[in-house]
This record gives sequence, C-alpha cells and structure tokens, in this order.
Amino acid sequence: MTLSASLLWLIPATPLAASVFGLFAPRTARTLPIAGALLGLVAALGLSVAALAGALVDPAVRATSDFAWFTFGAQTLRLGWLLDPLAGFMCVLVTLIGLLVALFSTAYLRHDPRIGRFFGFLSLFVAAMLGLLVTNSLLLLFICWELVGLASYLLIGFWYERPAAAAAAKKAFITTRIGDLGFLIGLVWLHQATGSALFHDGGAGALDAPTLARLSSTLLPGGWAVSTAIGLLLFVGAAGKSGQFPLHVWLPDAMEGPTPVSALIHAATMVAAGVFLMARVFPLMAADQGLATVPFHALTGVAVIGAVTALLGAVLAVAQNDIKRVLAYSTVSQLGYMMLAIGVGSWVAAVFHLITHAFFKALLFLGAGSVIDATHHEQDLRRLGGLAGRMRVTFATFALGTGALMGLPFVFSGFWSKEAILHAAEGWTVSHLPFAAGLVGVVLTAFYMTRLVLEVFFGKARGEGAAHAEESPGLMRGPLVVLAVAAVGLGWLGLPNWPWLQTRLQGGDWPVHGLGEGFGLMVVSTALVLLGIGAGWWWYGRVKRTDARALDPLARSWPAVHAALAGRLWLDELYAATVGRAFAMLARVAAFFDRWVWGGAVEAAGRTAETVGQVNRAVDEDGLNAGFDNTSEHLRGSGRRYAKAQTGDAQSYLRVVAIGLAVVGVLLLWGGVR
Amino acid sequence: MSPLHLCLLLSTVLFCIGLAAVLVRTSAILVLLGVELMLNAANLNFIAFWRYGPGGDDTGVIFVLFSIAVAAAEAAVGLALVIALHRHRRTIALKAANQLRG
Amino acid sequence: MSLAFLALALVCVVTASAAMISRNLIHSALLLVLTWIGLAGLYLWAGADFVGFSQAIVYVGGVSMVVLFAVLLTRRQRDEPLVLIPEAGVGRVVAGLAATFWVAALLVPAMVVAPLVQRAGPGPTLTVKRIGELLAGPHLVAVLVVGVILTVSLIGALYLAAPVTAEDQPEWDNGGTGRDRGNQEEPS
Repeated sequence: MTLSASLLWLIPATPLAASVFGLFAPRTARTLPIAGALLGLVAALGLSVAALAGALVDPAVRATSDFAWFTFGAQTLRLGWLLDPLAGFMCVLVTLIGLLVALFSTAYLRHDPRIGRFFGFLSLFVAAMLGLLVTNSLLLLFICWELVGLASYLLIGFWYERPAAAAAAKKAFITTRIGDLGFLIGLVWLHQATGSALFHDGGAGALDAPTLARLSSTLLPGGWAVSTAIGLLLFVGAAGKSGQFPLHVWLPDAMEGPTPVSALIHAATMVAAGVFLMARVFPLMAADQGLATVPFHALTGVAVIGAVTALLGAVLAVAQNDIKRVLAYSTVSQLGYMMLAIGVGSWVAAVFHLITHAFFKALLFLGAGSVIDATHHEQDLRRLGGLAGRMRVTFATFALGTGALMGLPFVFSGFWSKEAILHAAEGWTVSHLPFAAGLVGVVLTAFYMTRLVLEVFFGKARGEGAAHAEESPGLMRGPLVVLAVAAVGLGWLGLPNWPWLQTRLQGGDWPVHGLGEGFGLMVVSTALVLLGIGAGWWWYGRVKRTDARALDPLARSWPAVHAALAGRLWLDELYAATVGRAFAMLARVAAFFDRWVWGGAVEAAGRTAETVGQVNRAVDEDGLNAGFDNTSEHLRGSGRRYAKAQTGDAQSYLRVVAIGLAVVGVLLLWGGVR
Repeated sequence: MSPLHLCLLLSTVLFCIGLAAVLVRTSAILVLLGVELMLNAANLNFIAFWRYGPGGDDTGVIFVLFSIAVAAAEAAVGLALVIALHRHRRTIALKAANQLRG
Repeated sequence: MSLAFLALALVCVVTASAAMISRNLIHSALLLVLTWIGLAGLYLWAGADFVGFSQAIVYVGGVSMVVLFAVLLTRRQRDEPLVLIPEAGVGRVVAGLAATFWVAALLVPAMVVAPLVQRAGPGPTLTVKRIGELLAGPHLVAVLVVGVILTVSLIGALYLAAPVTAEDQPEWDNGGTGRDRGNQEEPS
C-alpha cells in the first residue's frame, strides 16, 4: 500500500489532531491524552511507511501536490506537498523515534501531574516536524519551522516552575529566533527573486534548474550571486535550529526540559530540521558551485561553520560534569559533522549520518534518562558510578549507543555514516581543514564518551541515588532495546560497496566502490577511535574515581585547559561583552534621538551634554577596563543603558509611531503612490 | 470642493483631534475616548466612499457595522483596564502604568 | 443639503475639540456624546440610515454609559464633585502636538488634493433587508468572528474589572523544586 502526494497532509494531521485532543482534554486527565498521542503516532508511522513505500517505487520522481492558499490581485500564493525518498525516510525516522520516546515518557513522567499536557506538546512537536518534512513550499516549511520552535519552547520549559527551565526555554526560543530572522529574509528574497514559494513546480519552482540558473547568474554588487546570498541567509536559519557554532549556546541549556524531550530534540525533531532544510534546498546552495567568478560559494561557508562546530562541540563535551550536557555537546559536534558533509557537497552523507545519529543519540539520551530516573534525578556524573551491575539493560544499550557514536568499526551504524562524511571531506578540493577537524573530532568523541561511560557505569557508587539504583521499568527498557538494535544495524543500509540508502536518497546512481578504496581512511579513523578510548582509559579508567568531590583527573593534569573547557570557553560571556555592548551603543543612539528630537530646546541641550558625558564615560570605561573580569559589569551596564530607551510611557511610544507613520507617508508620496 | 473631499477633510480633522488627545492627555479615559474618535473618523471615511465613490458594492457600510461592534468591545475592555489600573495605582494617569520602564 | 453637512461637521469638530480640551472628565464624556450624535446625523445625511441608528444606539446609548461609569468608579473620593484631570507637562503637550502636527500636515493636503473618482447624482440606496442579506450571506463568517470577539472581550472585561481575590495568587511563586541539578555547582 502506498500513499500518494495528495494525501501527504495526513501524516502531520494525525499527531496534530492528537495534540489538540491532548491540550483540550481536562487538566487532570492522564490516560486519554497518552492514548491519543500514542495512537496518533502509530497512525503517522503507518502512513509514513506507506509514503516511503510510494517514494521508493521510483526514487528519481518527485511527486508534488499543490493547492492555492489565497489570491491577492493577480498573484496566487500556492502551497503544496512533496514526496521524495528524503521526505519518506525522514518521516519514518521522526515518527518511529517519536513513538519510542512517547512510550519511554509514559514511564519516565509517570508521577508528573501534567503528563497529559506533556503528551499534547509532544504530539504538536512531532506534527510540526512532520509538516516541515512533507511540504513543497518554503513558506509552509517556515510556518512548521516556527511551530517546531514553539513546541520546543513549551517542552523545554515544561517544568516552568523551575527558573532554570524557564530561562532555558527563553534562551532556546530567542537564539533560534535570531537564526530565523535570516531564514525569513532569505525566504522573502527567494520569493521575490523567483516569484514562487514552491520547491518543485514543473520547472517554475524555486529549486528547479531554470530558476536556479537565473538565480546564480544574477550578480549582486561585489560579484556575489543572488543564490549565494539567499543560500547563506537560509543557512543562518538552519544554523540557529541545528545549533551551529555562533548560535549553539541554546542547545546545552535545553537540557532543562524532561529527558525524553532532550532525546526528541537532539535526535529527530528540532535539530534535524536545520540539516533537513539544507538537504532540501541543496540545489540552491550548490547553484553557485560552477561559477569561478563568484568570490565565495555558499557551501564553503557551510563547510567552515560545520567544521568549527564539530570541533568545538567535541572539545566542550570533554569537561562537562552533567551527563546530559556531555551528550548535548556531543550533539552539537555531530551536527557539525552533518553540516560539514553538506558543505563539502555530500548532502546524502549528511542525511545518512542524520538518520543513524538520530537513533543512537535518542538511545543515549533515553539511557541517560533511565539512569536519571533510577537515581532519583541525579545527573552529575561525579555522584554516579557503578551502575553497570545494577542496571544491566540500560548499561548494555548505552554501551551499544556509545559504540555507535564513537564509530567503532564495521559493526556500528555510526562508523559507516561517519566514514561517508570523512570520505566526502577528504575529497573536498577547496581545503583540507574540515577533514582535519573531522579527524580530531573523532579522537575527542571517543575520549569524552569513554570518560562518560567509565564515570557513570564503573567504579563505585559515589552518591545516594547511585547506590540504591534499580533497573528501570519495562516501558523504559523496551524503547532502549529497539533503539539499540537500530543503532547497530542501520549502518548496513549504506555500505560503501552496497549504497542502498544513498542510491535511494540521491534518486540516481551513487558511486559504488569496494571496501578497499576507503580502507586507508577506515584504518586511520579506527586508530583514532582507539587512541581516544585509550586516552580516556588512561585518565579515567586506571584509577577510578572514588569520591564525588575529587578533582577531575584532567584538571589535575592540565588545570588551565580544564578550567577553560568547563567554562565553555566563556562563549556566553563573550556574547555578553560583544553583542551586549553593540546593543548598548544602539541604545545610546536611540536614547540620544529620543531626547534630541522630543525634548524642548533647552532640555535637549542639557540632555545632549549629559549623553555626551555618558558616552565619554562609557568609552573611558570600555577602553580602560576591557578585561574578562569586567564583562559582567558591562552586561549589567549595557542592559541599564538600553533600558533607558524604554520609558514605559505608552504615549511616548505612540508619538514615535505617529512620526513613523508620517515618515512612511512622505516616503510613499515621494516615491509616487501607485 | 466636492462633498467627498469635504467628508474626508472632516474625518481627517476628527482623526487629528483624537490623535492629539491620545498623545497629550494624561487621563487614560480620555486617551481611550481619543481612540474612539479616531475610529469614528475612519468610519466616516467608509461611509463617504460608499456614498460618493464609484460604487457598485455595499462593503463600506458592512465594514462600518463591524467596526462599530469591535469598537464597542474595545471600549469595554479598555475601560475595564482603566478600572484595573485605578485599583492597583489609585490613579488613572496613563503615566502610572509604566511597569515596563527600564 | 450641503448646509446640513456643514452644520453637522461644525458640531462634530467643535464638540470633539472641546471634549478633548476640557479638564473635567464628565464634561468631556458628555461633549463626546454630542460628537457621536453629530456623526450619527452625518451618516443619516449620507443615506446610511442603518449605520446612523447603530451609531446612535451603540455609542450614544452604550459606550457613553460605560465611559460615565468608568469616570464615576475611578473618582478619588466618593464626594469629589468634579473629576479634574491633572495638567500634562509642557514637554508632553509640545511633543504630542508636534507629532500630531506632522501627521496632520501629511494627511490634510493629501485629502484635499487627492484626485478621486466620484459618482455624480444621488447616492446608493441600501435597505435594511439588503444589509441583513449581506450579513447573513457573504459576510456570515465575519459576523460569527465578531460575535466571538464580543463574547471574549466581554469575559475579558469582566475578568479585568472583577476584584482580585486571594486564590488568584500564582501558585508557582514558591521557588524551584530542584528536580535536576545543574552543572554550575562545583564541589568545594
């Protein structure tokens, strides 16, 4: 049985219906919302499998089904659905992981009074992500994209009574919103330049070859192709959602949500959206590749950011003490690998890694959740330890997930997908730095995962929770086992000498090469993995931690390095010092205008002198005391200065609105009203 | 000057009187009344164009009916807000509602 | 005909200005009722009978009552005879009038010189029956939406104006539950 493109909307519609049901059910209802959510996810999974079957009949065909949303004047805005193997595989992935996470959550949140609400949000999350996957329109994708953001906000802040969770939800929402601004500008620009918001529309869509040829041949001042600029803007959005380097700060903080939510965010829904977007618009990103005259290719930027993120995430994961934070930074790093693969031109390898990573990262997070649940919400790995004997199933599955994440050779799925990425990076002609960053990342990944497993599962229990831990209930073990099977087995779908998945995704031939060709690379990366494991054992395995208060062995060897890593390289503080200061400048300008334009003449003179004095003093301070120790002061000061523009006086705001209206009117008259 | 232009001029004048009240007066109630006046000025435009415009459809009148309905709702909510403000701050000066001040 | 228009326009402008200038809130409200009556007259003059009567009923009958109640409910003291509004500061007056002036300087000339297509001869006729057909036909959805808005705003107004009771205090205001432990606390 297959599902045609015109019925694709059913896939997001079923979880959406479940979420509406869950959110409007009585607040105390528990069973009904859970049953509804599970039913919706099962139905969506069935439909997704049917859709995938339809897409695999002929992988080269992109089936679309468009409809007119509304008409204004001569223009009609059309939206639509698109079915190709990429969408099919992703739908199956999202619904399957969503279902497993939901099953896990029924046990994990069994004591939470708002569990019904939780399942409503969860269904909404999955529904938004599914809508994003099957759409044929960049606009509809953006709408679902924002819905994903909303659902993640609700879920990260699910325990909103805790200030840290509320703050983390806000941070995730605002940071991704910064990226979405780039996305929105790119979207509007693309629509303006192509006249179509559809991806594929029989040659007229934004991703069809004639349109792309036009986009890449239109040059902006400076020699940039229009497609380069639009591609980079879209990448800004993807970077925000997928936690790429400058905008990755929200992802570790998102750990404040319930652990199943972390699993979902890090595996299937939230962060996958950015990589999926890049894969979907890959023709646009690559449109400027052939042009030698273009000074900068969009994909080059993607590759560089991806490489930096892959390395940075791995480095930061080394010194985290929260079990979930280690995994979170590992996600940042793995997402960097995916972006790197897209940047070097192999979006197929990126999606391959996205799929395998989704399974083993969901497995690792749910395993962490199982540990946290068994130890009564203890997630500091210094106070865990010795759980291997007490939680056998959790330990076994967690170890399998770790092997997949490290990329242990030949058996685990992570090995094959990472190999595909490294192989693509090796062949990149522009630079070998991303490849080198990828190799270093492999060592670090093996190192921090070894540390995590040794600290959590071996040695002796160092805390109350760990000492009395018992294996989690069957509803939690079941999903773990299913995910572990997938984490091991999925790699076999895309072997270098039998690239079944790659051929289907590509919708055409994929270069088949024997195992021998990439064998040198495999040997090297295997050696690197072993090096990482060895180093991890050297520091954390020889002498096991016996006391939760003991200094980290790495901190004993290299205190300065460890301090820098534990402080997350002070990136948050750097943002406060730079972005915060820029806002302060803006605020001063704004405040200056406010006073100069609206104060009386005398008052204005006085205030101007005052402002000048303020600027003087600020410059003095900034210039003289620009050390790290001052950053927090700067943050507070800039906030205060920025706040001065906010008078809280409704009428002063309205005055600005009135003047703005007049200015817009004048500009319109100037330009001639049509 | 044609009747249509006269109507538009009148509505503009009423709009600006309302705007001035919104921007200048301290009392929240008067600010709300200024908003009502601005809405009325807009309604007058609809009627004027319905009466003197090229014509052919009656949407202008229907729109005014909706506008009146929504304005009534707005007045009810706005004045409830004024009462709430008065309860918390013992004054109806708009400046008192400045909790968002930085 | 034009004379009637001028008279009504004069009433509207004068009463509106006076209402917006007056320092006595009750005077302002009553003067504004006159403005609304003038506007209703203008609608009648333009031939929109139904709108004119709606205006009279809703504004003169309904909104004015709400305004008067709001004025009376927010008096400082129960025996305060006249509700006087404190003067706005000079800066606020100047700034507000300046902003208004800019908008007016843009709108008035634009309105006066706009080249508008006009209908000659008598205006259109619109019977109540036709209005009913329009509302129940092509604009039915809008009618329903407005109904919902009115209901919601009524409930909202009740909620806002209702006295605060003790059980409205937020429950979450009792600190965190400490369910997860963050990475920040270093053991000493």
